Amino acid sequence: MVRDFVELDQVALRYGGDVEGTLALQDTSLTVREGEFVAVVGPSGCGKSTLMKVVSGLWPASAGTVAVNGREVTKPLDIVGMAFQNPNLLPWRTTLANVMLPLEIAEPHIRRLRREYPSYLAKVRDLLKMVGLQEFETKHPWELSGGMQQRASLCRALIHDPSLLLLDEPFGALDMFTREELWLALQDLWLARKPTVVLVTHDLREAVFLADRVLVMSNRPGRIIADHAVDIPRPRSLDETFAPKAIEIIQTLRDQISNVRKSAT
Amino acid sequence: MNGKTKPAGLAAPAKEAVRRSRRRKLVRKASPYLVIIGSFLLWELAVWLLKIEPFVLPAPSAIFAAGWEWRGPILLASWQTFVTTIIGFLLAVAFGLAAGTAIGASSALYDAVYPALIGFNSVPKVAVVPILVIWCGIGTLPAIITAFLISFFPILVNVATGIATVEPELRDVLRALGAKQHQILLKVGLPRSMPYFFASLKIAISVAFVGSIVAETVASDSGIGHFMLVASSRFQVPLAFAGLVVTGVMGIAMYVVAVMIEKRMTGWATRGVDTGMVAGG
Ligand SMILES: Nc1ncnc2c1ncn2[C@@H]1O[C@H](COP(=O)(O)OP(=O)(O)OP(=O)(O)O)[C@@H](O)[C@H]1O
Ligand SMILES: [Mg+2]
Repeated sequence: MVRDFVELDQVALRYGGDVEGTLALQDTSLTVREGEFVAVVGPSGCGKSTLMKVVSGLWPASAGTVAVNGREVTKPLDIVGMAFQNPNLLPWRTTLANVMLPLEIAEPHIRRLRREYPSYLAKVRDLLKMVGLQEFETKHPWELSGGMQQRASLCRALIHDPSLLLLDEPFGALDMFTREELWLALQDLWLARKPTVVLVTHDLREAVFLADRVLVMSNRPGRIIADHAVDIPRPRSLDETFAPKAIEIIQTLRDQISNVRKSAT
Repeated sequence: MNGKTKPAGLAAPAKEAVRRSRRRKLVRKASPYLVIIGSFLLWELAVWLLKIEPFVLPAPSAIFAAGWEWRGPILLASWQTFVTTIIGFLLAVAFGLAAGTAIGASSALYDAVYPALIGFNSVPKVAVVPILVIWCGIGTLPAIITAFLISFFPILVNVATGIATVEPELRDVLRALGAKQHQILLKVGLPRSMPYFFASLKIAISVAFVGSIVAETVASDSGIGHFMLVASSRFQVPLAFAGLVVTGVMGIAMYVVAVMIEKRMTGWATRGVDTGMVAGG
C-alpha cells in the first residue's frame, strides 16, 4: 500500500487582514500519495498558486492542517523543487551554474558539493542531456529560447532529487509544440525518479497526459470539487491524448470548469 | 553566363554600401570631439571678432596659455582634489554597500531608516560645509566629508533597491530548498544588485567630485576649487577658466572610468551585448 505523502485537511488561507483580506482557500482537502503525479485545474484566480504555497509551507495556512511526509508543515519545507511559469533563471549564471544552484543551498548537498564535485557535475550533465540542453551548458539564460530556459528551470527543480515537486504552470508561456516536447521530457524525468508531483495547469490535455489524477478546483475560495483518475498506462504517447478515453476526461473537466465559472456570475 | 555574372554584379554595390556605412560610423564616433573642437574655435572667433575683454571672457588660446604657464600649481591642486574625491568616494562605496545591503535585506530596517535617509538626503550637502568647518577647521577633511555625504546616498539607494526587488517566485524557489535569509542574499540579492551598484558609481563619482570642489572653495587652502577662487579674486580670469577646463576634464575622465568598470563587471545585465564581458557568479 502506497502511503499518503501530502495531506491537506480543511485548509483555509486568507491573505492580509482578518476580515478584509482575500480568502483564497477554504475547506480545501486533498491527499497525494507518494510518487503520484497529480494535476490541479480550475478557473483563473481560484487559488491554485496559493495551494502550492500552502503545501510548500511558504505561507502558513490560516486554518486546517497541512502535512507532508507524515509531518505537519509549520515552516517552509526544505525538500521541495519548484518551477513557475517564469523560468526565473539567474542571468549572471550559465545554464550549468543555474541548475547547480540548489546544490549550493539544500542539505545535504551543500556540504558534499565541493568534495564530490565531479560526480555532481556528471549528474547535472546527465539531467541536461535528458532535456536536450547538453550543448548549452555554458550559455547564459538570455542566449536560450523560452522553451530552453524552461527546461533549465525544470532541471533546477529536480537536480537535488526532491521528494516533492511543485510545478505552477511551468509550460504556460510556451507554444504547443514546445510544450508537448517538454511534457515528454517531464514524463521521462518523473518515470526515472518518481517524485511526488503537484502540477497546476490551465491546459487540460497537459493535465491528462501527465497526471495520474486530475483535481478540479472551485471558484475562489478554492476547494477541490472533483477528482478524476487517468488510467492510461505509462509511458504515454502524445497521440493518446487524442484517444477516446483521454478526450472523454478532457470533456468532463471542461464542462466542470465552465460550470464553476458560470456559477461565479 | 548569367549565374556567374550575377553575384559579381551584386557584390560591387554591396561592398560600396559596407564602405559607406563604415565611413558613417567613423563620423558618428568622431562627432563629439568635432563638436568640442568646433565650439572652442567658435569661441575663439567670437572673442576676437566682438573684441570681448579678457577679464570678461578670455579666448581659449589665452586660457590654455595661462594654464600652461601655471601647470605646476594646477597639477598639484588637481591631484589634491582628485585624492580628496577618491577618499570620499571610496568611503561612500564602503558605507553605501554595507548600509544598502542591510536595508535591502531587512524590510523592518527599510521601513525604519528609509524616511530618515530621504529627509537627510534632501538637505543640500553644501549647506553642511560651514558646520564642517566649525567641527574640523579649514583643510582637506571638510572636503572629504562633503564628497562622502553627497555620494553615499545614490549608492545606498541603488544597492538596497537591487536587493529588495528580488523576484518573489525566485525567493520561493530558494526558500523551498531550505535557504536561509543570508543565503538568498549571497546567491541572488547581492549579485542581482551589482548592476544597480555599478550604475550608481558613475553618479556617485560625479557628485563626489562636485562636493569636494564646492567644499574646497569654501573651506580649504588647497585643491582646484581653492585655486580657482584665488585666481578669480586676483582677477586672473584666464587662469580661473583654466581651472574650470581642468575640472571639466577630470570630471569626464572619472565618469568614463566608472562607466568602463560598470561595463566590465556587469556585462550580463546588458544581455552580453559586449561579448566576453561576463562576471562569474
Ligand atoms: N500575495 C498575495 N497577497 C494578497 N492576495 C493574493 C496574493 N496572492 C494571491 N492573492 C489573491 O488570492 C487569490 C488566488 O490567487 P492565486 O494566485 O492562488 O490564483 P490562481 O488560481 O493561481 O490563479 P491563476 O490561474 O490566474 O494563476 C486571488 O484573488 C489573488 O488576488
Ligand atoms: Mg497561479
